[in-house]
Amino acid sequence: MPKQEFPLIFERSKKGRTSYSLPDLDVPDIDLDADFEDSYVRKSAPDLPEVSELEIMRHYTGLSNRNYGVDSGFYPLGSCTMKYNPKINEDVARLPGFTHIHPYQDPKTVQGALEMMYDLQTSLKEITGMHEVSLQSAAGAQGEWAALMMIRAFHEANGDHHRTKVIVPDSAHGTNPASAAVAGFDAVTVKSNEAGLVDIEDLKRVADENTAALMLTNPNTLGLFEKEIMEMAEIIHGVGGKLYYDGANLNAIMGYTRPGDMGFDAVHLNLHKTFTGPHGGGGPGSGPIGVTEELAPFLPKPLIVKENDEYKLEHDRPQSIGRIKAFYGNFGINLRAYTYIRTMGAEGLKKVSEYAVLNANYMMRKLENVYDLPYKQHCMHEFVLSGKKQKKLGVRTLDMAKRLLDFGYHPPTVYFPLIVEEGMMIEPTETESKETLDGFIDAMVNIAKEVEDNPETVQEAPHHTIVKRMDETTAARKPILRYTRTDHA
Amino acid sequence: MEFRYLPMTESDKVEMLRTIGVDSTDELFSDIPEAIRFKGQLNLKPGKNEYALMKELTAMSNKNVNLKEYTSYLGAGVYDHYIPSVVDHVISRSEFYTAYTPYQPEISQGELQAIFEFQTMIAELTGQPIANSSMYDGATALGEAVNLSAAHTKRKKVLVSKAIHPESLEVVKTYATGQHVEIVEIDHKNGVTDLNSLEKELDEDVAGVVIQYPNFFGQIEPLAKIRELINTQKKTMMVVSSNPLALGYLTPPGEFGADIVVGDTQVFGIPAQFGGPHCGYFATTQKLMRKIPGRLVGQTTDENGVRGFVLTLQAREQHIRRDKATSNICSNQALNALASSVAMSSIGKHGLRKMAQLNMKKARYAKKQFEEAQIPVLFDKPFFNEFVIQLDKPVSEVNEALLSKGIVGGYDLSRDYPELTNCMLVAVTEIRLKDEIDQFIKEVGDINA
Repeated sequence: MPKQEFPLIFERSKKGRTSYSLPDLDVPDIDLDADFEDSYVRKSAPDLPEVSELEIMRHYTGLSNRNYGVDSGFYPLGSCTMKYNPKINEDVARLPGFTHIHPYQDPKTVQGALEMMYDLQTSLKEITGMHEVSLQSAAGAQGEWAALMMIRAFHEANGDHHRTKVIVPDSAHGTNPASAAVAGFDAVTVKSNEAGLVDIEDLKRVADENTAALMLTNPNTLGLFEKEIMEMAEIIHGVGGKLYYDGANLNAIMGYTRPGDMGFDAVHLNLHKTFTGPHGGGGPGSGPIGVTEELAPFLPKPLIVKENDEYKLEHDRPQSIGRIKAFYGNFGINLRAYTYIRTMGAEGLKKVSEYAVLNANYMMRKLENVYDLPYKQHCMHEFVLSGKKQKKLGVRTLDMAKRLLDFGYHPPTVYFPLIVEEGMMIEPTETESKETLDGFIDAMVNIAKEVEDNPETVQEAPHHTIVKRMDETTAARKPILRYTRTDHA
Repeated sequence: MEFRYLPMTESDKVEMLRTIGVDSTDELFSDIPEAIRFKGQLNLKPGKNEYALMKELTAMSNKNVNLKEYTSYLGAGVYDHYIPSVVDHVISRSEFYTAYTPYQPEISQGELQAIFEFQTMIAELTGQPIANSSMYDGATALGEAVNLSAAHTKRKKVLVSKAIHPESLEVVKTYATGQHVEIVEIDHKNGVTDLNSLEKELDEDVAGVVIQYPNFFGQIEPLAKIRELINTQKKTMMVVSSNPLALGYLTPPGEFGADIVVGDTQVFGIPAQFGGPHCGYFATTQKLMRKIPGRLVGQTTDENGVRGFVLTLQAREQHIRRDKATSNICSNQALNALASSVAMSSIGKHGLRKMAQLNMKKARYAKKQFEEAQIPVLFDKPFFNEFVIQLDKPVSEVNEALLSKGIVGGYDLSRDYPELTNCMLVAVTEIRLKDEIDQFIKEVGDINA
């Protein structure tokens, strides 16, 4: 990769160049401005680039060369499930009969699309053990919020207006408390115990008649299975609350156990994680929600139903929380997930979880004597190391993450969950080979050695990337959020 | 069965289990209590090989009437536009689509710079100082905008024009519920927001006024007059939802003093794909910079002074602020924002105006032909690329007949507006040919007769 500044598309622009090929004006030309009051006609054209088609391809190809994806190399970003993105998914999503259909076409003319959605709903019900599934939510966080809105509507329908509290473990994803707040709840924290699991005594303390729900990831963000889940369900249900499952970590348990069987009342899934979305550089994702029969009437509108072999969009759902997004969810992402499920089948999905867990445990055991491992038991699909040994030698987890870039790896999720000092959350996924894992393990062992022998190498990392560490402080203090032309060419 | 995505071999497995010190993978799952173990096999269709699955899903896709084989006049928030070929070539580069959120700037400069360029283009189009990196879609962006206006003004009432997209209105209501924000609907009159009702409802408790420009009926709302009305209340914010293609011709909301401008960039390089994924945008003023939802990319320099880009102002976001965050949004629509950036770069400064004008000219031609065919066109304000025709028969009936002629008719307005019985919202974009339009009008005339 070239070590130099890369021009912005605006800096490549030159007056008079074009890259478009618009349809012809084949109707009589007219003076549009005559229709409008002068003040409604834009005076100066928005400053979009003027470039040729080749320059566009060079620009974006250049940018892609300055980016790193799963196809570039190992990407063990914990909690994000950066597994391989199958290419057939992309091909299916580009079939004209799926790409070029309008959401307001007569349902009779989109039976193939509705069939896929219905079938996906059915598959996800089976995988999660829930009664009904909606594909509406666009991402995990939206699924969390929508499910909490449903729980809220459920309690209100029962006259339980005092249930204002949502319990969230201290190890939870940041979206959990944020979603609770956006849904109008107060987020209350429950502590983790020494084993990294929810402290049952503390849960008993915080759970009361004002509890609307407990939000839980299982396995949790430490990669540990909350084995007291049944007791937890009893405590929450005992006070009249609902159990919410954050499906970010579903990759660990497919075919082994199901949220519905664990006692959860609502779940969201991240189709861009477990079901090969892909991640798209930050999205689009898809975050379907599954619920029990009791909560089903509150699902967002519309739902896909099948009546006499015909697929329909059901809009008439009087107790629904309403619409959470325009149209019917991120159809294109749902289609990719569907293709993946149809490729793997039940047998394949169980192997996915088996190998995801095997890979994580293998790496954990290889690294547990090199870095500090705060929780010793078997992990599920991911594990969290602490860099506190290295911190004593003056090297931070951030430094080690940056050093991994020099070895050609995407670093793990760092400084999360918050309860682990100098945390490194590693999720290898099942699509990585033993050779890849061994290569990464070697790099981690090497870096630990460097920390002891030659800490500067790590502290000053990265050395081989196109840019060095960024000045994030200035970026936040004096934000420059857009390009401003200086030359007015 | 073989699984091409799973590289584990039997010998790898044996060696790895030995390293871990267990005899079988089942032992690794021993923390799952027996009572909640799933017994047997999930009831899913068996896995299929690549060729067979492609064949099956192609057949499934062919059950759908697709807009490349039919001529369509459906718009209502989702449009069939020219998509430059470069768009799909760029977004198919796997360094982009197999990456996630650019948390590590040193190896994510490509994505970060692309987002920075997207933010710039949206700011340019809307006439706002800043824009974020994307939202789920236009409707959810509007929901966030309404909540932001309430949070910023510390008021709990928002006035929303009924001439905005009906689904956006519903989404806004759902978003507002959580924050206890009251939504007051302002009627439309002759196809635009009724300014008398707006004036009556405007008081010191109003956090924001929501207008769509062009509105759901394609009409251009008088933003200057609306701003004047809003100015009678201190602090009340003007929130405008805008089709960004129309802003290639229309004066941007920013120049009328909009506080927040949102919308969807589906019109730029994103196919309809049954309603999603599309790409919401969110633009606002400097004043609201630290309250804007979603990710922001900022320019900075590295240790050697080389220009680069980072995610910035993250103290607003859920992974730092948790329950105090300005929004819960995490994953957004990055790849679609990239698609729109490529499309906007390709269409470019002059192409954009030309494309907007092509839409307007072809739509005006269609309108005139309808009038000449004695089919009434409702509303008389200037419009963009959509207009409303009044039929003698239910739209569903007319559309069914049109379908047999290879035409996908316009949107049935009676779905959302009982007062607009037999009214069809017709969208005419730049890709429609004169001959197609002529045939459409003839067929509608025949069916309606």
